[in-house]
Amino acid sequence: MAAPMLRWCCPGRRFAFARVGCGSCHRRGPPTGSTSNGKRGQSSVAQQPHITAQKPRKGEPEWAAVVGLEIHAQIASNSKLFSGSQVCFAAPPNSLVSFFDASLPGTLPVLNRRCVEAAVMTGLALDCHINRKSLFDRKHYFYADLPAGYQITQQRLPIAVNGSLAYSVYVGRKPSQMVTRTVRVKQIQLEQDSGKSLHDDLRSQTLIDLNRAGIGLLELVLEPDMSCGEEAATAVRELQLILQALGTSQANMAEGQLRVDANISVHRPGEPLGIRTEVKNLNSARFLAKAIDYEIQRQINELENGGEILNETRSFDFKLGCTVPMRDKEGKQDYRFMPEPNLPPLLLYDSGSLPSSADPQQVINIDQLRERLPELPRVTRQRLVQQYGMLPEHSCVLLNEVGLLEFFQNVIKETRAEPKKVTSWVLNTFLGFLKQQNLAVSESPVTPSALAELLDLLDRKAISAPAAKQVFEELWRNEGKTPAQIVAEKKLELLQDPEALEQLCRSTLEAHPDVVMDLKRGNPRAINKLIGLVRKATLGRADPTAIKEVLERQLSS
Amino acid sequence: MWARAVHLGLRAAARGRRGFTSKADPQGSGRVTGELIQHLERLSLVDFGSQEAVARLEKAIAFADRLRAVNTDGVEPMESVLEDRCLYLRSDNVVEGSCAEELLQNSHRVVEEYFVAPPGNISWSKLDEKQPFSHR
Repeated sequence: MAAPMLRWCCPGRRFAFARVGCGSCHRRGPPTGSTSNGKRGQSSVAQQPHITAQKPRKGEPEWAAVVGLEIHAQIASNSKLFSGSQVCFAAPPNSLVSFFDASLPGTLPVLNRRCVEAAVMTGLALDCHINRKSLFDRKHYFYADLPAGYQITQQRLPIAVNGSLAYSVYVGRKPSQMVTRTVRVKQIQLEQDSGKSLHDDLRSQTLIDLNRAGIGLLELVLEPDMSCGEEAATAVRELQLILQALGTSQANMAEGQLRVDANISVHRPGEPLGIRTEVKNLNSARFLAKAIDYEIQRQINELENGGEILNETRSFDFKLGCTVPMRDKEGKQDYRFMPEPNLPPLLLYDSGSLPSSADPQQVINIDQLRERLPELPRVTRQRLVQQYGMLPEHSCVLLNEVGLLEFFQNVIKETRAEPKKVTSWVLNTFLGFLKQQNLAVSESPVTPSALAELLDLLDRKAISAPAAKQVFEELWRNEGKTPAQIVAEKKLELLQDPEALEQLCRSTLEAHPDVVMDLKRGNPRAINKLIGLVRKATLGRADPTAIKEVLERQLSS
Repeated sequence: MWARAVHLGLRAAARGRRGFTSKADPQGSGRVTGELIQHLERLSLVDFGSQEAVARLEKAIAFADRLRAVNTDGVEPMESVLEDRCLYLRSDNVVEGSCAEELLQNSHRVVEEYFVAPPGNISWSKLDEKQPFSHR
């Protein structure tokens, strides 16, 4: 079912325009039926606005952009792809490097089983065809962080091909107007990561740390089925959720576990595709959409001013908010691909083809892996909607915010309140407080147990809804008090005596004949005034809905 | 190693197989142009040095060309000579590493446990000086 929405499901997004059906970002008369202004998609970028370029002539279609992605995800494994050195994020330089990683002569690659399983699981989750035989190749280029002078990858025959990734976009102003889009997954391949270079321009040298060299990567190639930055960012977000659910990669962009390169071109609808540029090292979720949209705009501006697009590699300068050319103009890179002579073909089996006498450690059974696949995000979202009766967009928010789903489920476990109430409190009140103070779920001063207890009080009608909000605010101050304690301290318990409430209502009505008259004359807001007066009289210990009910009954009798 | 790479490239070009981007002369006249030498030198950082070296390369190509004498119609090419061997799968355990000192001994220059290399391809925007910035 639905995959993450644009914008309001994605925490930390600063883009103001995400409610555009992105298929229409740069076109007129989009097939998605969006009525949005085609220029809106371009307004987020920090460069000259579209309006200063030549306006297209009346009736002429606008531009269509085409975005493909190459995503590198670091495999979550203990050791590297072809060697037994450790995979770890922060460690003293060159301390996690084996002789093979340093490319010393006489060393040979030995394939890590866990990495193959990770690739197969990811392929299965993305509905790919898993190649029963795949091959390893060498991709040659010179760079100081690539000690061997080549990277072992899978160019001829990758491990998985022809899958798809689904994600959801808004096509209208209302949250319910969602459309599912898919992007085809061209292939998934296993390859080595390179080391890290630190450029010291002052001393004209580069410092090399090989800790990262040889870590297993999954390269996922997404076909150019996306048409703007937001679509690409949403697809990447969904991929992150899938990889995290599978456990094949932590996919944390900040730690370099997920890196995205975009291939971008523009053309007039109906005409052939334009020249594409590659924008590399989009290493932050925040800048991904921005960079892509900037590049689309840059290409449109260039073409409208009579220029042409060069097939080049660019990188995103986040300080300037623009893409800049990257490589020297040495012409197209020739990687001199050749088969990796030290690795035989990788053969995978299914339950049907598994050789009976095989050592289980030495064979990989695709069917077994398929059975062990954990619940995928789209299934989780569906389940949440069915099980708890929440809206699809709610399930989206729950999944998109790190730790929120777990928090929600812990509250559900401990409370007798209705799931809909829990959903509302978690997504509105709890999340609202978090966002206000820019906190992660893990930093929340309110525990699931505390919220569960509060919701129980509310459910038992021991306190009113406004009182509950007050208690929540107190809980947020994290002074170690339980909800029950706060209720007692602040005397927020609801009046349990119905007679007392009747009395108070009657006396209020008697004390304010003018308001009663106002109400009888048909002013609907007068009832609220009366409710307010009764509440004051009860010192806030009566539920407004109960008050309203009593008053209305008394007034009509 | 050189001869092998060029030879594979020729073989692939002759079969029209995708995936091998060889710039060698497809019909195997054996002549290696100056342009090709420049290209190869840039790609491989091997200095051909002299006309003698180029002549040797041409001889190697001619030698490899003799393979064309074999009729391979209808024969599936091998992936590698190891293709019927079993690819060994290693368990995901940490068994090596922690030898920074040893490895760094190989380096001509070292700065605080980093290998030192001359500056590589960097972005034209010089504004990111302070930031470690990795490129492909």
